Amino acid sequence: MSKFMPFAGTMLKNLFSKPVTTAYPGQPAVYPERSRGHVDIDIAQCIMCGLCSRNCPPRAITVDRAGGTWTINRFDCVQCGYCAQVCPKKCLTIAPGYQTPGAEKKEAVYQKPTEPEKPAETKKEES
Amino acid sequence: MASKKSVVPFGPQHPVLPEPIHLDLVLDDERVVEAVPSIGFVHRGLESLVKKKDFKEMQYVVERTCGICSFMHGMTYCETVEHIMDVEVPVRGRYLRTIWCEMSRLHSHMLWLGLLADGFGFESLFYQCWRMREQILDMFEQSTGGRVIFSVNAPGGVLKDMPSDMLHAFVEKLNGFEQELHHIADIFLNDYTVLTRLKGVGILTPQEAHDLGACGPMLRASGIARDTRKLGYAAYGDLDFDIITSDDCDSYARCEVRIKEMYQSIALIRQAVDKIPEGDIAVPVKGNPNGEYFMRVEQPRGEAIYYAKGTGTKFLDRIRIRTPTFANIPALLKTLKGCQFSDVPLLILTIDPCISCTER
Amino acid sequence: MADTGCELIPVTTGEFLMKVMEMKAADYRLMQAHAVSIENGYELSYTFGKDYEWISLRLVIDENEEIPSITHIYDAAFLYENEMAELFGVKIKMISVDYHDKLYRMDDTTPMKTL
Repeated sequence: MSKFMPFAGTMLKNLFSKPVTTAYPGQPAVYPERSRGHVDIDIAQCIMCGLCSRNCPPRAITVDRAGGTWTINRFDCVQCGYCAQVCPKKCLTIAPGYQTPGAEKKEAVYQKPTEPEKPAETKKEES
Repeated sequence: MASKKSVVPFGPQHPVLPEPIHLDLVLDDERVVEAVPSIGFVHRGLESLVKKKDFKEMQYVVERTCGICSFMHGMTYCETVEHIMDVEVPVRGRYLRTIWCEMSRLHSHMLWLGLLADGFGFESLFYQCWRMREQILDMFEQSTGGRVIFSVNAPGGVLKDMPSDMLHAFVEKLNGFEQELHHIADIFLNDYTVLTRLKGVGILTPQEAHDLGACGPMLRASGIARDTRKLGYAAYGDLDFDIITSDDCDSYARCEVRIKEMYQSIALIRQAVDKIPEGDIAVPVKGNPNGEYFMRVEQPRGEAIYYAKGTGTKFLDRIRIRTPTFANIPALLKTLKGCQFSDVPLLILTIDPCISCTER
Repeated sequence: MADTGCELIPVTTGEFLMKVMEMKAADYRLMQAHAVSIENGYELSYTFGKDYEWISLRLVIDENEEIPSITHIYDAAFLYENEMAELFGVKIKMISVDYHDKLYRMDDTTPMKTL
């Protein structure tokens, strides 16, 4: 048994209802709490063991033990969260908020503070 | 032999194809006599990466095989490794995997329905399907943190738990989804225009389906009741369900089987949420895999076969992924023989092709 | 023997085609075929299934040994055999639809063969 125009009702309803999409740049996007957006590091806690860099599937993380820097290429990172899983100090976390697009691939470098009591951490972006 | 045959190249770029496959169609007037497939435009060599990534990292590579069944690829890989290493996943972990599997099936079939609607030129129906699919993706994002790639599997279990209020909120959402699905299903199954495009097109007899090794909805639409979920991997052994089949053997039957499977998936999620026990979601995995194992699961598109071989180092020796589309291509060629040229795009769609998975 | 999920039957090159024909006669379907590169050769597995039961024929061959194609018994085998020939360099003769290393568009020849 076939029907004629069973879609008409849905179509009429569609005409008079609000759009299901949001006006994105005007209205900010809402990410759920568990959203895997980017990797955050609590650099003061980091012991520079390098497990994250050795286990990173796309090899986006480099750890310089001598210089005390932790570097991530955010454009290579696939947000799998494996680094946060293997981190022995649990100083890596996955937080919502995606990497914004850029004209060139940049690395984010985090410098471990020399004195443990110094709270301010320096973050500079280099290419 | 009186008429002159012509060869029409079809694809790899075509409005109806989401992914690249090329076919050389030999036409006799408007009728297809022969089809020669050619894939290989998106071969990525995922299987050879096994030499560079250890078996735990490999999970993140394997789940990127496909953007639709990514959860199932990750899960199957983990189950294969778990079998080699004799790891028993806790029951709650297995139930969570089952729930995510069925959610994958829901959004995969919804995506397919949308593409089918687009294939026969019903644009607004296509948008309706994909609007509904978005609800499932939102549920995925809430529970796993990703919309497409979930990264919640690991050898030994799952990494994220779903609290009970989240599970019940999901069931609540799925009730609403089911109501909407009734409207959409009515159009696919009863609309006069849609029926003229689907009924009697692309017949694949049960014998042919068996001989050519078809799998999934393609096989079940030809009246053969075979569903790998009945083997009871993950928590499917504890759940009740019947295998959905259809005896029509045509494109309409494939559409009907998939729509009914969506209702079944919702029912399975409800069952799993009712039965899910409290407890651990994962066990730690020690050592390296040594041995080989064949594993098969029912993905939305059909049966996927995994083979892994380890030699006691942290790198596996070989991993082999046979995706459902790989097995369905011979059956597709069979249905193409003798069809009208204008039905070719639709017939390619009815196997739910995923060429990137096929080539890995 | 360890559980491999699937029954493994070792076969020799001589009896291989005979075994495949027996499978066909017993109404088994071809589920998959794959190659594993081992030292100086290959380990091939052809998996056949009937309902939920499945069996793999395990064929171990030398690097330069030629094996016959099973495409004239199982039509659907052509993609699997082309893949084995292309990724591993397994020498298979008389494949019904032979792509001659043009199945996948890639620069390397036999990328998955270990020497």
